[in-house]
Amino acid sequence: MAEVEETLKRIQSQKGVQGIIIVNAEGIPIKTTLDNSSTVQYAGLIHQSVMKARSTVRDIDPQNDLTFLRIRSKKNEIMIAPDKDYFLIVIQNPSD
Amino acid sequence: MPVTHKTLVKSKQGSNAQSQQKPLAAKTAKVVSKKKDEDDGTEIGEGGDEWMHGKTLIKPPDQLDLTEAELKEEFTRILTANNPHAPQNIVRYSFKERSYKPISSVDQLAVHFFLEGNLLHRDSDEARRQKAKQGLPDEKATVVTETEDEKLETPLQAAGGEEAGDVEEGGGEDGAHSVDSKTGKKEQKLTNQFNFSERASQTLNNPLRERGCQTEPPPRASFSATANQWEIYDVYLEEMQKQEKNKEKAKAVPKKEDDKGKKKLTLVETQSDDLTKVAKVAKIIERMVNQNTFDDIAQDFRYFEDASDEFREQEGTLLPLWKFQYDQAKRLSVTALCWNQSYKDLFAVGLGSYDFTKQGRGMLVFYSLKNSTYPEYNYPTTSGILCLDIHPDRPYLVAVGFYDGCVAVYNLKEERPEPVYKSSSKSGKHTDPVWQVRWQKDDMDNHQNFFSVSSDGRVVSWTLVKSELVFTDIIKLSLVGAVSEGPEGVPPPTMACGTSFDFHKQINYLFLVGTEEGKIHKCSKAYSSQFLETYDAHNMAVDAVKWNQFHPKVFISCSSDWTVKIWDHTIRTPVFIFDLNAAVGDVAWSPYSSTVFAAVTADGKVHVFDLGINKYEAICQQPVVAKKKTKLTHIEFNPVYPIIIVGDDRGYVTSLKLSPNLRSKPKEKKGQELPRGPEVEIAKMEKLLSLLREPENSKA
Repeated sequence: MAEVEETLKRIQSQKGVQGIIIVNAEGIPIKTTLDNSSTVQYAGLIHQSVMKARSTVRDIDPQNDLTFLRIRSKKNEIMIAPDKDYFLIVIQNPSD
Repeated sequence: MPVTHKTLVKSKQGSNAQSQQKPLAAKTAKVVSKKKDEDDGTEIGEGGDEWMHGKTLIKPPDQLDLTEAELKEEFTRILTANNPHAPQNIVRYSFKERSYKPISSVDQLAVHFFLEGNLLHRDSDEARRQKAKQGLPDEKATVVTETEDEKLETPLQAAGGEEAGDVEEGGGEDGAHSVDSKTGKKEQKLTNQFNFSERASQTLNNPLRERGCQTEPPPRASFSATANQWEIYDVYLEEMQKQEKNKEKAKAVPKKEDDKGKKKLTLVETQSDDLTKVAKVAKIIERMVNQNTFDDIAQDFRYFEDASDEFREQEGTLLPLWKFQYDQAKRLSVTALCWNQSYKDLFAVGLGSYDFTKQGRGMLVFYSLKNSTYPEYNYPTTSGILCLDIHPDRPYLVAVGFYDGCVAVYNLKEERPEPVYKSSSKSGKHTDPVWQVRWQKDDMDNHQNFFSVSSDGRVVSWTLVKSELVFTDIIKLSLVGAVSEGPEGVPPPTMACGTSFDFHKQINYLFLVGTEEGKIHKCSKAYSSQFLETYDAHNMAVDAVKWNQFHPKVFISCSSDWTVKIWDHTIRTPVFIFDLNAAVGDVAWSPYSSTVFAAVTADGKVHVFDLGINKYEAICQQPVVAKKKTKLTHIEFNPVYPIIIVGDDRGYVTSLKLSPNLRSKPKEKKGQELPRGPEVEIAKMEKLLSLLREPENSKA
């Protein structure tokens, strides 16, 4: 438990990290370092995206599964690591 | 005379007697009298005399002579409609009363004559059917005839047939009309012409009541799901796992108590905080973030090949990559480095201190190349670590030697921070710092075992038996030559201090020990008191001694006397000697070439040699650390990737990439297949050695 907290703190303290959101399987954010409205927006949109991506990977080969998803945009990079019950979203600006 | 004259008589039975016409024969009187006798109750007198008066009397000769009084006597004749032949005493069994009961009414019908005819009543079904069949043509005919009739007056001479036809047609018309009329009206009820009465009655209508019942609607929940190929696959997998679990449970039925205990544990775990489940995911994210942060390093690690090496003939460079540091290890120096054989990106760092005065705690830290900011595992220890070794087959077992002489084994799979096994003063720990540990192959009982060498002069073998370490002294290092001398008066031989050792790659029992006196002993596991060979290696303590990865005869040693020496173990003098101008901390052979090795010195430089290219000089001498005061303490090559890790006395570990020149393979001649594999390397080395030996021999 404490280890997870520490890990999240370390991630937060990395260069360029703008925020971390932990979302549960239903798309409800349970922990976040961003403000409420952004969190809700990110959680909802990314949840759909991840479901779609996962579905794609698994449809091609059911024994395969999504390990992580990176969406790189002009301004920043959104990294999503899905798990069975949760997924973790980190928004980083790598060029900082 | 019997009555022979038979007439069809049909009489309907009824309560009313019917008068009948009787034949006038004399017998009638008899018959009447008989009838009178057989009368059963119904009486209607009829004056037969009156009827007889209508005709003139003809007296037959044998007529009875009766007096006037007798003649006027009225005889009552009762006519009944009873059948004289009908039985009067029919008895039937009544089930209700369970007895035989006489039937009250008996059928009085007597059929005198029977003739089947072919007349049909026109209202019967069959007649109607026939009419229906003839109906259309009949109607048409009638229409036609009607028109004809209208037009023509009845042609009398149109034969009887026509007349008949007319009559028939007329009849037909009538019939048709009557049929039409009849179908027009509702069918009249067929009533009994003699005896019919209509009766009706009305019952009480029960008041209508409405009754209703309402139940609670069944609870509803809306359910939606997708059925993809992978969801189906998942369900099947779960099913299989359940089945396997059931099988296991069936096997482990006697272990019920243990299971209960475990069940309790699992329940508690699931109730704990949800965040623990995120741990794995968080780790992945951390690595991803690190990859982003150090993106250029990651790219270099993978793809960068120094192009300038083409211009530099033989020299190479080292490209610095990640730098690993841990906050809590700041004042400690790196005392041991070891790559993990199975997980090629994982390496272990042992932290402690070489300084005798500054002894304190130590640390065992594991880093992965994927995350350079934070260690994967770290174990704080009470005493400084001096050496470590990761088991080649079981990558989770790590043997550690401490400054205080203990050895310990850590199991990475377990969560706790203490070692799984630790030696203590009871169980034969060393009395001096342990300088080197090495895992060996499992012994006969499949127990893991490892060797350690220490300054107290003992080489000890430790075996992991169940839950403790069992030690066996393999050899006691003593000052050279002192063993054979044992006469009285001579003080007992003092122990030498072992500072490093290495086991031969192929020959299992053969190993080398370097001592503090600067000597290297070649020993065998079998002999516990004698050395196979002793080499006068260095003037100061031998810091590292390593067998060549490919060539079975060659080993290398380094020392604080600024030199690195390469030996052939059959020859007592070194084959190569290199002077590096600073105390050499560590030396390591490369895993990809038998002629390449690297050494680190106390002035912060890394020297890389390739004997195949240049026998006298290093092909790369590069300072690796920023501050010149930091001493480099250890160096290790990665078994797979072209990188080396270098530890220094500040607790940092730097990773460097070898440039292509440093990794050169012999150039292939065009058209010739390049032979690969260890044989090539051995051959390379052999060639080198032979070159050296010849001049030596010639010198000698």
